[in-house]
Amino acid sequence: MDFSYTEEQQMLQESVLKFVQNQYDFATRNKIIASDDGYSKEYWSLFAELGWLTVPFDEADGGFGGCAVDMVVMMEEFGKAMLVEPFAGTAILAGRLISELAEGDARAALIGQIMEGGMQVSLAYAEAGSRFNAASVRTTAKVDGDNVIISGTKVAVLSGSGTDNLLVVARESGEDTDRSGISVFLVDANADGVTMHTYANVDGKSASEIRLSSVTVPSSARIGVVGGAIEALESAIDRATLASAAEALGAMESLLKKTVEYSKTRKQFGTAIGTFQALQHRMADMFIECQLARSIVVMAAMKMDSDESASEKAKAVSAAKSRVGKAINKVGPEAVQIHGGIGTTEELDVGHLFKCVTALEMQYGNTDYHTARFFSL
Amino acid sequence: MNADYTAEELAFEIEVRTFLENEFPAEYKAKVDANIRLGKEELTHWQKILFKKGWAATSWPVEHGGPGWTPTQRHIFATELGMIGAPEPIPFGMKMVAPVIMAYGNEEQKKRFLPDILESNVWWCQGYSEPNSGSDLASLKTAAVRDGDEYVVNGQKTWNTYGQYADWIFCLVRTDSTVKKQEGISFLLIDMKTPGITLKPIVLIDGHHEVNEVFFDDVRVPAENLIGEENKGWTYAKVLLTHERTNISGVPRGKRRLKALKRIALETDDGFGGNMLENTSFKTKIAEAEIELQALEYAELRTLAALSVGKAPGPESSILKIVGTELAQSIDALFVEIAGNHSLPFVPEQFENGFEGHAVGPGNSASASLTYFNNRKLTIFGGSNEVQRNIISKAVLGL
Repeated sequence: MDFSYTEEQQMLQESVLKFVQNQYDFATRNKIIASDDGYSKEYWSLFAELGWLTVPFDEADGGFGGCAVDMVVMMEEFGKAMLVEPFAGTAILAGRLISELAEGDARAALIGQIMEGGMQVSLAYAEAGSRFNAASVRTTAKVDGDNVIISGTKVAVLSGSGTDNLLVVARESGEDTDRSGISVFLVDANADGVTMHTYANVDGKSASEIRLSSVTVPSSARIGVVGGAIEALESAIDRATLASAAEALGAMESLLKKTVEYSKTRKQFGTAIGTFQALQHRMADMFIECQLARSIVVMAAMKMDSDESASEKAKAVSAAKSRVGKAINKVGPEAVQIHGGIGTTEELDVGHLFKCVTALEMQYGNTDYHTARFFSL
Repeated sequence: MNADYTAEELAFEIEVRTFLENEFPAEYKAKVDANIRLGKEELTHWQKILFKKGWAATSWPVEHGGPGWTPTQRHIFATELGMIGAPEPIPFGMKMVAPVIMAYGNEEQKKRFLPDILESNVWWCQGYSEPNSGSDLASLKTAAVRDGDEYVVNGQKTWNTYGQYADWIFCLVRTDSTVKKQEGISFLLIDMKTPGITLKPIVLIDGHHEVNEVFFDDVRVPAENLIGEENKGWTYAKVLLTHERTNISGVPRGKRRLKALKRIALETDDGFGGNMLENTSFKTKIAEAEIELQALEYAELRTLAALSVGKAPGPESSILKIVGTELAQSIDALFVEIAGNHSLPFVPEQFENGFEGHAVGPGNSASASLTYFNNRKLTIFGGSNEVQRNIISKAVLGL
């Protein structure tokens, strides 16, 4: 048994750590969020140069290996710095779906462009009424000769601004929540009939609502087989879900560290508030939550990299998301409370970390959803 | 033992309800229901409607223009306001500074300040907390030095709510730094237009400019604006803090919000062909909140019954503050949960007065996380819940 990182993983961690420490402080992050693109294109190119964008992809595709533990190592550091670049959206969520479904030249071209940093891809799957069920799809795709006509509305699409391409999940047959009949189409974000409304999420990341009004694409835009995308879609979402749990773990570690530091310097009643046992115990509980979150994220990542069945892997991801969500609901509010008023302000990073973990608790299904899913798998 | 209203009280309840249904402007009600904040003009307008009816300052004695209500009548009124969603009058004037002026101000001050507070002609704000004096308020450092007929004030206040709207500020200032910290504090009223006062906005994590830092740089304040005696301000302030803690349980608002939550749950797809009101786990959480609300309501009624027979409000108000604020935050979390993916967009401008643009998400779903973020303040302000627990430990349990 050995829970230590390999030499390669340590190097990856150091590389990310060095970047966020030297080039991604809180003020820089604020500037990036306020910029037109909502993320830094310069940094995105740097990520490509550093090889980070290859991490989610298999060696056969020219990637770093697609190892879940590698991904967790990176996401934790991203979470600590509240990175807003669409790494998870493009490289993990969309990237893994392409890995699962695309074939031949299209596969090589798409994965190649993502790894080189030349392409943003956004997976548009959630809808207003789908909640967290990826199989709940009302957007329709109707074959019309050599074309397919797509109509529907998508919500909570990550990396909306500056995205070049959409992977649109649409239904070719069956009822609203049938698992069969769901396909994935590559759609140009600037195509006729595509309307995007882009905004920032509470965690500062760019996202969009997308309306597709009779968008016509050639049938070659379909990635994978007709109506058979659900397993691949869920597998990609599971990957991103685990990534979000690792990201939240990093943000919670930051919250814990900052709260402990603050409690040692903030003086009330003539003494540092960290000397009050009432607060000490609460910070001890925050530490325990972070440790359990780390443990279950590690467990899920190792299962993801093992030969276990798809459903065992999915179950491990739900266990991780559920337990991390429980930790978020404790660590987030407690960090703000122990900081007092200053923790509720725009000015301090603590409030933003709290907003980040709150968003991560919801993304890809909240605690309740994954607890129920864990039981059903 | 019974918790029944008398026939008179029941008739009063109907009178209040009818008044609010007819007089609380529909336009404001629509905004409140859509989680859009009312602006200064709207709040003032509403308070003037209450004033015309004689119901603006419900806790004031008749001699100052209050309605002379019993504690039960005040409770009924607050309940009806909360149920319909009509805002309580901004507390800084009517509930906070006015009781201090009535108890410790001189006749001249009463005549000068109270009528304008009652009529909502003047907007007051609070100058208590300082960057280094939060829970330990008595350690405050903003200094007032007597110079002839004036005090010269220097220092900094913070967490000043809506000071950008205010005409006057009531402040705790240090007039003696050589004695025990509680014994060198005075209570001073300051015109916000006085030269030397600067406001710096503090934007909170919900994106709203709700509070300010207030800087005092050689601000000259007429000595006649001192309330009571110099260095007795802490005693006066403690009275005010007790007032701040009454009516904080928020039971009626909680009831109204749970009703809205159930309606939203019924309209929210669970993603599997059903709705969220059929979701066992979510249903359980709504029920738990409702049960907690009932326990809180009866805790409040028991306090009220004690008040009605002339007992002073004691540490019970700490229970109401702790449970009321923590329950409100739990309900906030349920709104975030029911909003699901729609809780993610950060679009605060959508819930500011007068927004006309592309609205993200169905209904008010995108306001759920804003409220959740903003309401972290509930367990921090008005004496943090840690301070309230200290009060219970000391005053009730004798620890």
